Amino acid sequence: MTSVEKVQNEIVEELSLFSDWMEKYEYLIELGKDEINFDKKFMKDEFLINGCQSKVWLYAKENNSKISFHAYSDAIMTKGIIALLIKVFSNQSPDDIINAKLDFIDKIGLKNHLSATRANGLMSMIKQIKIYAIGFKEKNG
Amino acid sequence: MIDFEKIRSSFPILNVKVNDNKLVYFDNAATTQTPTQVTNTIRDYFYKQNSNIHRGVHHLSNISTEDFEQSRKKVREFVGAEKEEEIIFTKGTTDSINLVATSFQKFLKSGDEILISEMEHHSNIVPWQLCAEKTGAKIKVVSVTKEGEIDIDHLEKLLNEKTKILSITHISNTLGTINPITEITKLARKFDTKVFIDGAQAIAHQKVNVTELDVDFYCFSAHKLYGPTGVGVLYGKEEILEKLPPYQGGGEMIELVTFEKTTYAKLPSKFEAGTPNISGVIALGKAIEFIEDINLDLIFEYEAMLLNHYNEKSNKLEYYEPFGTSLNKSAIASFNLKKVHHYDIGVLLDNMGVAVRTGHHCTQPLHKKFNLDGTIRASFGIYNTKNEIDYFFDCLSRAYKMLY
Ligand SMILES: Cc1ncc(COP(=O)(O)O)c(C=O)c1O
Repeated sequence: MTSVEKVQNEIVEELSLFSDWMEKYEYLIELGKDEINFDKKFMKDEFLINGCQSKVWLYAKENNSKISFHAYSDAIMTKGIIALLIKVFSNQSPDDIINAKLDFIDKIGLKNHLSATRANGLMSMIKQIKIYAIGFKEKNG
Repeated sequence: MIDFEKIRSSFPILNVKVNDNKLVYFDNAATTQTPTQVTNTIRDYFYKQNSNIHRGVHHLSNISTEDFEQSRKKVREFVGAEKEEEIIFTKGTTDSINLVATSFQKFLKSGDEILISEMEHHSNIVPWQLCAEKTGAKIKVVSVTKEGEIDIDHLEKLLNEKTKILSITHISNTLGTINPITEITKLARKFDTKVFIDGAQAIAHQKVNVTELDVDFYCFSAHKLYGPTGVGVLYGKEEILEKLPPYQGGGEMIELVTFEKTTYAKLPSKFEAGTPNISGVIALGKAIEFIEDINLDLIFEYEAMLLNHYNEKSNKLEYYEPFGTSLNKSAIASFNLKKVHHYDIGVLLDNMGVAVRTGHHCTQPLHKKFNLDGTIRASFGIYNTKNEIDYFFDCLSRAYKMLY
């Protein structure tokens, strides 16, 4: 099991503790309220992700051939979802990120629970994360 | 008196459950629900009379043509127009505006002015921008006050001999403000400015009489009037419609076609190219019957009572920030909760079964003027109740506590 898969399984397990969606949302909100490591100087249009109903800024950094992601949103619940994505993808190698399957989104029922526009927003975030990974991979040759 | 149980029972969709919660539908400004009277009409049309109109000799075509034209008559009476020739069936409000913004280009030249307001829906902005690009006319924009009303002094200042047409919404889909159309028309008449009114948000909520309002154009969508999507109406004064060139070419709108030249059909066919949404138009007639049976004056009173109840509740919340505080309002309430993102509220309300709109409601310039990224909007219709409003506020405070 890759470590991307491992983190995903942990998230699925954690969320399966909650019986209804209100509780899952409460969990996401709590995650969203947590302090995050985001440098506000990246709150610029070029780091904005298209297709989200709320604004999402995302940037990535490389450290010892692992990538760390940093993102911010003005909506708390979106911030919570971002926190999940960052847990999954941060400190992973570009290859692991590029090849990652994202079963956890289906498994926690998040996609079903998001309206089409919101699900698109989520997909845009993941796409952008993978684009960063491809970029770093190419840069390192 | 409104027979409430009877009205609600005409809307099976109100029994839909969302996450085991009863649906509370507060997104009526986006689209209203369709009563069984209307859906039955659509079903019956396809079971018993589907055919093309105005061209067949056969039985089905004859009865469909008759019903279609009967709808036109109903619409004419409903909006108080003088002639059936003045009622054009379109795809909706947006289509109606595009029709006029395109055909009216014939009367515009560089330097002319088109007047709109800051509270317009994108559908009443973009077609005029296209029109201005084509003709070299300029768009002038009337300000909205902090209460969310048209600044009449500003409008008066902007009007001049170059203002060829003014296009303003009857009721703002975001602020809920009911604009003083008669007053605006009077001002426009001083300069022979044509008046176009976007009635999308008014038509199902108060009695509209285009002759009394003395407007040149008025338009609306069936789907905001308890009718189907894909159908709308453009009312235009006959003398102006006569002068406008056709919008689109095709079947039905011609009198005689040769490859050298085509002569156009008379009104209203001149503006109805191609096979129209026949079942939709007939269903619109039924929707009009449905609300006339209830009575629009009663509907207005009832919805005003709902808004009143809503305001009493919202006034008690210190974290509630209303957008649009005119005293002359339709039953639309846009707002934010202090320090909380509108999107978060929308998601939680949805989870509790409450359908509202979040975002900019197709009025980005208006939101931008007041430095808002978006708002939450609750908008009411004839089937909504005080109980639903109470439930809504319970959900709202629950959501706020979770988020704040
Ligand atoms: C004021 C106003 N104008 C225009 C429209 C556009 O209506 P439609 O999408 O039915 O063409 C709407 C509805 O969203 C509206 O509220």
